[in-house]
Amino acid sequence: MITSGKGGVGKSTTSVNIGTALSLSNKKVCLIDTDIGLRNLDVLLGLENRIIYDIIDVVEKKCRIRQALIKDKRCEELYLLPAAQIKDKTALNANQLRWLVAELKEEFDFVIIDCPAGIETGFQHAIAGADRAIIVTTPECTAVRDADRVIGLLEKESIAQPKLVVNRLRTQMVRDGGMMDIDEVVAMLAIDLLGVVPDDEQVIRGGNLGEPVAHSNSLAGKAYRNIAKRIQGEMVPLMILQKKSNMFFRMKKWLGFA
Amino acid sequence: MGKVLKPGVTIKGTKEGLLFFLDDSRPFTAIMNELKYKLEHNNAAHIWDGPEMKVQIKLGKRQITKQEELELRNLFAIRKNLQIQGFESEAGSYLLEPEHGIQMLVGTVRSGQVLQHVGDLLFAGDVNPGGIIQSTGSIFVLGALRGLAHAGVKGDHTAIIAASILRPTQLRIAEIISRPPDHWEEKEVEMQFAYVHGEQISVEKMHLLSQIRPEKEWKEPYHRGI
Ligand SMILES: Nc1ncnc2c1ncn2[C@@H]1O[C@H](COP(=O)(O)OP(=O)(O)OP(=O)(O)O)[C@@H](O)[C@H]1O
Ligand SMILES: [Mg+2]
Repeated sequence: MITSGKGGVGKSTTSVNIGTALSLSNKKVCLIDTDIGLRNLDVLLGLENRIIYDIIDVVEKKCRIRQALIKDKRCEELYLLPAAQIKDKTALNANQLRWLVAELKEEFDFVIIDCPAGIETGFQHAIAGADRAIIVTTPECTAVRDADRVIGLLEKESIAQPKLVVNRLRTQMVRDGGMMDIDEVVAMLAIDLLGVVPDDEQVIRGGNLGEPVAHSNSLAGKAYRNIAKRIQGEMVPLMILQKKSNMFFRMKKWLGFA
Repeated sequence: MGKVLKPGVTIKGTKEGLLFFLDDSRPFTAIMNELKYKLEHNNAAHIWDGPEMKVQIKLGKRQITKQEELELRNLFAIRKNLQIQGFESEAGSYLLEPEHGIQMLVGTVRSGQVLQHVGDLLFAGDVNPGGIIQSTGSIFVLGALRGLAHAGVKGDHTAIIAASILRPTQLRIAEIISRPPDHWEEKEVEMQFAYVHGEQISVEKMHLLSQIRPEKEWKEPYHRGI
């Protein structure tokens, strides 16, 4: 599951791009949009006009899972299970989601659940379906604080060792002290860093065009592809955009901490 | 009958200070009442209001609980010049249930989480903003304290809060609440501790703790030169 606590920090963007990047490395991936009433993933993938059934139709058994899955335009092995736009949050419960994910896991290498913002029902239900979590935060105090809260809640639900993605980093702002740096964020949240995505206008452009940036050669695209590699267990060093962090991690190794 | 009731509290002056002998054959509450009377009574005001005086409390064979120690300390607090130096019991440790020392826990106290503890606590990890760490005793954080810490929650004013990085949003000791300055001096990298000083909480560098809690100070055993 991809979650954050605070809204608008880039959960959906991260879901779509990690999904895309994973499928570019020949994995079978299914994206589930659980943000009922605030459907987004279809737009980010440019698939909006292909929706016939949605997740609620599936759990209410109005159609089979297969019928509701939409194949991506570009990737062979990327599918989307869209959220319902006209129903409300109560239409989906934890058991249904647990069942759905179990079914999908049979067929896909990765099932990615994009959570709604907040720590209420939507988040709780996603926990029921997930066995791993990625926390997305921006390097801002409020977002980090909310991420910390979410990590605490996940630990209680025995979702072991969530991983961190820091999104929208602006190196210039970190340098002039206007933004927390990666070391600060990681030290505070005390979880493993999966990757850092720069603040990049290509991300917004890609979102509007329905063409995930993970396909492109931009810095953000590369960052997402690196994250996908790390998810699959590859060791990929952080990109140069955080020179200092590299130093930090290397130093930790020297000291025998990492 | 015929037996003369000797006083429950006897006070002797020495050149180091005052010795309080508390009769161990009488109930603790009776002793407390007598002590209270003696401390409040005006006849003896000339001793009580004089210069600062060290007090050693002799419990006879009696041992007391942490709670009773607290009551005694609170009672003595009404005479500002009397400083309790220590307690002594012929039975060995003056405390009935010798504390099991300090307990260690590790991890992270995150936003929205509350760590509650009884006794002294060594917490190896961070307390993040929005997180709360509380204990009936003292709290030592081997890490960054950025949330709220409350020591001595049951009223122990002698509890302290120490942290490698002391950047709390709020500190509480017993019922006293303090909010740190809005801006910390960035230069303060030394380990610090907070304690109750008069009516408020003060923060000092760690090495000053021995001046504030002399009874806890470690000293190298003194050997006479041969
Ligand atoms: N790395 C980035 N660089 C620039 N813009 C970004 C980046 N990541 C996300 N954004 C922009 O931030 C906005 C919010 O992103 P997104 O919708 O993914 O967030 P969310 O966490 O899913 O929001 P919600 O909580 O509403 O579901 C979008 O306009 C997106 O284009
Ligand atoms: Mg979203």
